[in-house]
Amino acid sequence: MTPVERWMLPDGIEEILPPEAQQVEHLRRSLLDLFHRWGYDLVIPPMVEFTDSLLVGLGKDIDLLTFKVTDQLSGRSMGIRADMTPQIARIDAHSLKRSGVNRLCYAGHVIKAQMPSALDTRSPIHVGVELYGEKGLEADAEVISLLLATFAHAQVDNVCLDLGHVGIYRALAKAAGLTPEQEDTFFNLLQGKSITDIQAWIAAHVSDPQAAGWLSELPRLAGAKNVLAVARKVFANAPAELFSALDELEAVADTVQQRYPEAQLYFDLSELTGYHYLTGIVFAAFVPGKGAAIGRGGRYDRIGEVFGRSRCATGFTADLIALSRVGRFDLDITPGIYAPQSSRPDFWQSVQALRSQGERVVVGLVGQSQPESHQLCNRILVEEEGQFQVKPL
Amino acid sequence: MAQLTIALTKGRILEETLPLLAAAGIEPLESIHNSRKLTFETSSPEVRLLILRGVDVPTYVQFGAADVGVSGKDTLLEHGGHGYYEPLDLRIARCRLMTAGLVGQAPKAGRIKVATKYVNVAKRFYAEKGQQVDVIKLYGAMELAPVLQLADEIVDIVDTGNTLRANGLEPREVIAEVSSRLIVNKASMKLKHYQIEALMDAMESAVNEINSGT
Repeated sequence: MTPVERWMLPDGIEEILPPEAQQVEHLRRSLLDLFHRWGYDLVIPPMVEFTDSLLVGLGKDIDLLTFKVTDQLSGRSMGIRADMTPQIARIDAHSLKRSGVNRLCYAGHVIKAQMPSALDTRSPIHVGVELYGEKGLEADAEVISLLLATFAHAQVDNVCLDLGHVGIYRALAKAAGLTPEQEDTFFNLLQGKSITDIQAWIAAHVSDPQAAGWLSELPRLAGAKNVLAVARKVFANAPAELFSALDELEAVADTVQQRYPEAQLYFDLSELTGYHYLTGIVFAAFVPGKGAAIGRGGRYDRIGEVFGRSRCATGFTADLIALSRVGRFDLDITPGIYAPQSSRPDFWQSVQALRSQGERVVVGLVGQSQPESHQLCNRILVEEEGQFQVKPL
Repeated sequence: MAQLTIALTKGRILEETLPLLAAAGIEPLESIHNSRKLTFETSSPEVRLLILRGVDVPTYVQFGAADVGVSGKDTLLEHGGHGYYEPLDLRIARCRLMTAGLVGQAPKAGRIKVATKYVNVAKRFYAEKGQQVDVIKLYGAMELAPVLQLADEIVDIVDTGNTLRANGLEPREVIAEVSSRLIVNKASMKLKHYQIEALMDAMESAVNEINSGT
C-alpha cells in the first residue's frame, strides 16, 4: 500500500476541518436551541441499530442506501443509519410512548451506501424535527414554518419553498385505474417532466379519455400560486379526494405565506419526493445554484404502524453542512492570546484567569516565542514589571 | 432579472437550436462557428450561452452550472435522466438509437459481446430482453467492431443508415427514437420560473410552427 492509498478517504466521505468545523458546530448548537425554543425535545439515537427497525417506513430506497453489518452478539443484521426518521419514529412509538402530541428534534451524521449523484456527500449531518400525534393542518404549517425559521436562522437567502400534496396524484392514479406498478412507472416519468414521454405512456396505458387528459395536464401544473386555481379548473369533475388535497395545500400555503410574507412559494403537483411513504403535504427547500433540495419533509401518517403504534407524523430534515455553506451564519471567532512558556509560579494562574474570562489562550511549548498563524492569536502574554500582561502582537 | 445560462453543443444541435432561441429573442452577438470561445453573450443581456461537449450538457445542468441545456435524448438516456427536468421536445436532430450487426448474420444465442459508447443504455436494453451481454466501451468507429470480431453487435445512433451499410452492417432493433430535448435544472426551474417559462413558451411555439407543415 502506497502512502497515497493510505490517506485517501472513500468517495463521498467528508471530513470538516478548521475553521469550518467550528462554524458547522456553532450552527448545529444554535439550531438545536432554536428547536428547543419551539418546544422540540432533543433525542440522540444510536449510529447503528437492527435493520428490522431502521429500514421501515421510508420505502425501498432506504434499503439500498444503508450499510449493513452482522451483529456478532445476536447474529441479526444491523444497519448504519442512512436516515434518522425511522429511529425517531421508533423512539416516539416505543421508547417514549407519550400521549398526545410529541415534538422531537435531532442532529447527527448519517452515512449513505450510495451517492445519489457524483458531487453528493455520503456523510451529511442531518438536523431535523418530527411532530407526532396531530393530524390537523396546524402541524404541517408549524413544521414548514420551522423549516423556514431554520433557513432564516442559518441566514440562507433566496430560499424557494416547493409545496405539493401526494393526495392529488394518488386520486388521479386511482381514477385512471393504474395498477401499483403502473402508478410507480408513471410517477418516475413525472419526476422528469418529459411531456413527450409522458404523453406516449398515457396513450399506451390509459384508455379512459377523461383520466388521460387529467394525467397529461399534471406535469404542467407547476409554478406560482395561480397553479392551484388552474388545477381546480383542469380537474373539474375529478374525485372529491383531489379537491380536499388541493384545499389542504392552499390552506397551509396561506398560513405559511402570512407568517413569512417574503418567502418564495412554488407549487408543483407532480414532483413528490418520498411519494411512496408520504401521505399528505410534501415540501422541499431549494436555493440558487444547488440542483438538489437542502431541506425537505412532509406528512407520513403510517410510520408507527410497524412498531405497533400508528401515529400521525410530519417533519423535516435539512443538511447542516449545506446550510452552513450556503448561509451567511458566520461565527466571529475572536483571535486568542499567545502565552509563551514561563517558569514563574503564577504563570498557570494567569493563563487560567484569562481562560475563565472566555479568552482563548494558546500556551507556547518548547521555547516557541511567537504563535503559528493557524493558532489564531492577535495578542501575547508578556511579563512586565513582575506581572503578566496582555499586549497586542 | 437573474442571469440565465444556456448550455449547447456545437454541430447539428447548435445549428438547429439557434433559430428556436432566436424565436425567444436570444441571438449570439458573434458567430459561434468561427470562434474558439466557450461562452457567448447574446442579444438578451441576461442570457449567455455555453458551448460544451454533448455528453457534458446534462452534467452542467444537473449541478446548476447551467440553468438550461439542449441535449440529445440518447445522451440523456445514457446519463440516467436524474436531477433535471426535460420539459420540451425540440424535435430537432432526430435519429434512432439502434442495435446493429453484420448483414445476414443470424443473431447469436447465449452471451454476446456488444460494443457501444452507450454503456448504460445497452446494459438496460439487453437486460430487459433477458439477454446476458458483455459490454465493451468504445468512443467511435463502432461499425468496425463487428467486422473485426471485437463484438457481435453494436448499439449506436442511426440516422440514414449509410455508415452501417458502407461497413457491411444492418440495423436490427430500435431502442429509442432520439430527438433533442430542452433540459432544465430543478432549482432554476423553481427560482427563475418566469424567465424559463417565457423561454420555453417561445421555443415551443417555434417548434410547433416548424413542424406544423409535416
